[in-house]
Amino acid sequence: MSLVMIPQQNEPGIVLTEEQKRRRRGRSIAIALALLAFVALIFAVTLVKGPGVMIRPL
Amino acid sequence: MVLLSERASLAAPLPGAVAYAEPSMAGAGDYLALMKPRVMSLVVFTALAGLVAAPGHMHPVLAFFALVCIAVGAGSAGAINMWYDADIDAVMTRTADRPVPAGRIRPGEALAFGLVLAGFSVVFLGLMINVLAAGLLAFTIFFYAVVYTIWLKRWTPQNIVIGGAAGAFPPVVGWAAATGGIGLESILLFFIIFFWTPPHFWALSLYRSDDYFRANIPMLPVVSGEAETRRQILLYSLVLAPIGTLPWLLGTAGLVYGAVAILGGLTMVGMALQLYRAPKSSAEPAARRLFAVSIVYLFVLFAALLLEHAVGLTQFGLPFGRVFA
Repeated sequence: MSLVMIPQQNEPGIVLTEEQKRRRRGRSIAIALALLAFVALIFAVTLVKGPGVMIRPL
Repeated sequence: MVLLSERASLAAPLPGAVAYAEPSMAGAGDYLALMKPRVMSLVVFTALAGLVAAPGHMHPVLAFFALVCIAVGAGSAGAINMWYDADIDAVMTRTADRPVPAGRIRPGEALAFGLVLAGFSVVFLGLMINVLAAGLLAFTIFFYAVVYTIWLKRWTPQNIVIGGAAGAFPPVVGWAAATGGIGLESILLFFIIFFWTPPHFWALSLYRSDDYFRANIPMLPVVSGEAETRRQILLYSLVLAPIGTLPWLLGTAGLVYGAVAILGGLTMVGMALQLYRAPKSSAEPAARRLFAVSIVYLFVLFAALLLEHAVGLTQFGLPFGRVFA
């Protein structure tokens, strides 16, 4: 089997407007902050509960 | 009392598909809006009251974690609600600019967002706090998203009466998070919010009835008329006022709470009576006043409860609870 390289032109694809880029960046930052907050919360709870972190009373 | 809507007599069919922006124009604020932050703040406040009023001590970090889970759970129910109600939100002026009907977020995204948040909030409340609180949170989300939004809202004018239970659960969840059980006081808090919901929402629906008519929602003013709605508001307010005082009468809340509950209850009944007697021309301002007062009433009532438990003033409650016990 042989591979044939087909030269392709660089197509522009979807070009985001400045406003769309700004909003995408806003969404990315929000996801990052939410993940950081989530990790910090779980870490804090784990510290408080100590070895009993997996004990789940009814 | 009318139980079912006469759908045939209601408004025209809903409008066609919404044009969604591609690539997405949604901002982070749109995802926050999906979670209904104003409803979420009320949920957090009432859950905090349940948590603080509960006997025993809960570590502040665990209490904060439980509140975050409850808030996210409430937000998830709001997102699922916005997914399902996008068609009717589009024709109501109050809700037309919500992210889904406005075309900024696709319905599928809203649903996925809601389901993921619901899963996370319930699982982590169960893992880190206790299974009862997680189960109650899961039931609350189910009740709001499925029983109220999908089933009752478009079917019966009793939608917000039965559906009001979803909004009444947060203090019970907060109490369960703190104690691992369900106490009398948390049940009383449940009933206060449960009987507060109809006068609150029907006051709103009185001056938004055109919106509900256009959206084909069988709210009480649309199905049974303004006069019947005003009568029902008065009746529910008459039930709410004495129930509001029960935590004081049963000795689980103190004198400050008792005074607030009596004064607040009398104010609610007075405003409802004013609305009931108002001529048609001044009914809308009276309904707006009652709507605003109802928010203040619930806030002050729960704030008094929080304050008393925070500074230890509950010993001035009436001892009837101990007598009955």
